[in-house]
Amino acid sequence: MTGTDSMDDEQIITGLKQREESTFHFLIDRYHASLVRIAMLYISDRAVAEEIAQETWLKVLEGIDRFEKRSTLKTWIFAILNNLAKSRGKHEGRCIPFSELYYREDGHGEPVVPPERFFPPDHPKWPGGWSMPPEPWHNSPEDQILSEELKDCIQEAIADLPENQRAIITLHDLEGWPSAEICNVFNLSETNQRVLLHRARARVRQAIESYYRATMSK
Amino acid sequence: MNLQPITCKEFVELVTDYLEGSLSPEDQARFEAHLAVCDGCEIYLKQIGETIRLTGKLSEEQLPPEAKDKLLKIFRDWK
Repeated sequence: MTGTDSMDDEQIITGLKQREESTFHFLIDRYHASLVRIAMLYISDRAVAEEIAQETWLKVLEGIDRFEKRSTLKTWIFAILNNLAKSRGKHEGRCIPFSELYYREDGHGEPVVPPERFFPPDHPKWPGGWSMPPEPWHNSPEDQILSEELKDCIQEAIADLPENQRAIITLHDLEGWPSAEICNVFNLSETNQRVLLHRARARVRQAIESYYRATMSK
Repeated sequence: MNLQPITCKEFVELVTDYLEGSLSPEDQARFEAHLAVCDGCEIYLKQIGETIRLTGKLSEEQLPPEAKDKLLKIFRDWK
């Protein structure tokens, strides 16, 4: 950070128009990593995603003098990125599939927790109850900070998700975008978005559980 | 209100709808009634919350200096 902890759109736009480097510094600190992550929803190669994010910044700078504030600055920046990433992704034959067909192929409707962890429906005492309930995770104070290993584990779990689940969990839980905005970008209903989010979170939880189990048995 | 209880197997499928506040009032009551009496599901719900928190932490990644230098060069060339 360069001494600018928070700036509103007005200050940022003025700063950029006046060619203040500290303003640009503030912007890239805040958004560049997000731009790369979102580009990677369309493009598998990190170097290409990085290039697209750079290209986005160039377009932001070139466009700032004409920026009409019809949307927030953030929305405008991410729209530029989306367009660049989408066309590049198409070029690579990659796009995020959100068709109904893809849902079905994606195991939509299958349970998010393996059925063998529950008693069968005809169990005399606990039909549908946990037979292998989750063990509490030991959140010692040092666990509050994300260890590199656990971070890698979560990152890998997200990378392994089907593309549409990966897109939703990245935008919703990682970038903190509001659901309505995500639905808008992908032309998705709130219900379908929640289904994807639900499946994605369950898979990531599962990965964390396996991680904790492996470290405990060490 | 006479609510049909839910099983653990059903509970885990409702977690996201619950957290996003999109369950019907009846389903929410069933969900919470189950939560009050089931340790396994309480742990599961907590862990999904923890999963969301940890996933959010990934966004705190710092910008590597090489990337920053490259971007500042873009800025200086444009300026």
